[in-house]
Amino acid sequence: MKIDPIHQFNIEPLFTIGHIGNQTIAFTNSSLYMFLSVAVISLLMIGGMAKRQLVPGRLQSIAEISYEFVASTIRSTAGAEGMKFFPLIFSLFMFICISNLIGIIPYTFTVSSHIIVTAALAFLVFFTVLIYGIYKNGFKFFKIFVPSGVPIYILPLVMFIEILSFFLRPVSHSVRLFANMLAGHIALKVFAGFVAMLGVSLGAVGWIGGVLPLALTVALTALELLVAFLQAYVFAILTCIYLNDAIHPGH
Amino acid sequence: MAEKSHGTGAHTGADGGHGGGFPPFESSTFASQLVSLVIAFVALYVIVSRIALPRVESVIDARQNAIEGDLAAAQKLKDESDAALKAYETELASARSRAQAIGNETREKLNAAAEAERKTLEDQLATKLAAAEKQIAATREAAMSNVRGIAADAAGAIVQRLTGELPDKKTVSKAVDASLKG
Repeated sequence: MKIDPIHQFNIEPLFTIGHIGNQTIAFTNSSLYMFLSVAVISLLMIGGMAKRQLVPGRLQSIAEISYEFVASTIRSTAGAEGMKFFPLIFSLFMFICISNLIGIIPYTFTVSSHIIVTAALAFLVFFTVLIYGIYKNGFKFFKIFVPSGVPIYILPLVMFIEILSFFLRPVSHSVRLFANMLAGHIALKVFAGFVAMLGVSLGAVGWIGGVLPLALTVALTALELLVAFLQAYVFAILTCIYLNDAIHPGH
Repeated sequence: MAEKSHGTGAHTGADGGHGGGFPPFESSTFASQLVSLVIAFVALYVIVSRIALPRVESVIDARQNAIEGDLAAAQKLKDESDAALKAYETELASARSRAQAIGNETREKLNAAAEAERKTLEDQLATKLAAAEKQIAATREAAMSNVRGIAADAAGAIVQRLTGELPDKKTVSKAVDASLKG
């Protein structure tokens, strides 16, 4: 029995949709879980709110809490004007959170464990900030690279750092989410694999010894639940902070 | 930490070589994933912005309105009960003062009547007293004149016994008068 902690990240085409140039566009397991996440979110947000109860039930409470949670995050970090981007940030948060949570279920696939997905989302945020910032503030948007109150002789250095950090934002934004999900799932797989390896190679003693990695796997799963939510939250709050730059470029 | 994990991932990818490789860096799958992501995320965005969020917002607004309406109704009822209590209290105070006024008036009236009655009674008593005094005086006068007659008779009798002859009536009565005066 071979334990391959990387195998879970394999992209397996289920059927081919079409071709763009010489690239085959396939409906993959990743696509399946993306649409599953969208379906779960829709079910939660629309099905949960279907009864429109004055005193919410469980599902409606979850839907309303998600709404209030994201709304208060935006209001506290980007101000009332940030509510313009509420649907975007809500979609990002829910998509990442729900797909991460689905990914913890054994034998499923984690959408955000692929750098291309997190990078696409990060660049979506990056270009939203860039385009909206320039559209709204014109030339003043570039003030975000010139912090006020910095002595003139170190201003070039500060500006260089500010510009560099601005353009590195999508990298850190995407790699943070990707690496957390990837590392967490590899760790889970490795520890879970120890249980089977010990059992197979050492027999009864191994199965008893396997209790330790099993306990660790359980603990790691709990940790991954936290990480799944936390990374979605971090992604959303960073989006809010970046958007705040576009809305109020003056610092 | 993120950078480190990224480095590890890259290393693993390099180790994987050309065949198989590290799935997250398998560039041949990128196009498929991007197309799916775009379709899924746009669908999610449309669902969220057109249906889900307005619906949640309307429910939360409706709840907020219901709460505010209920609070306003409660406040209105409370104001009404406060006003009623105030009206009751002023009514009670005015009734109390009216009762006091009526009491005072009655007391004064009764006092005045009693005073008048007392006065007439006193006047009556005074006239009766005066009449009685007059009568007593008349009676005494009569009694005194009788006494004079008796004294004169007695004096005449004494003088007759002593002298043996009846004295002049005029002289006796003069002497009695003088003695009565003295």
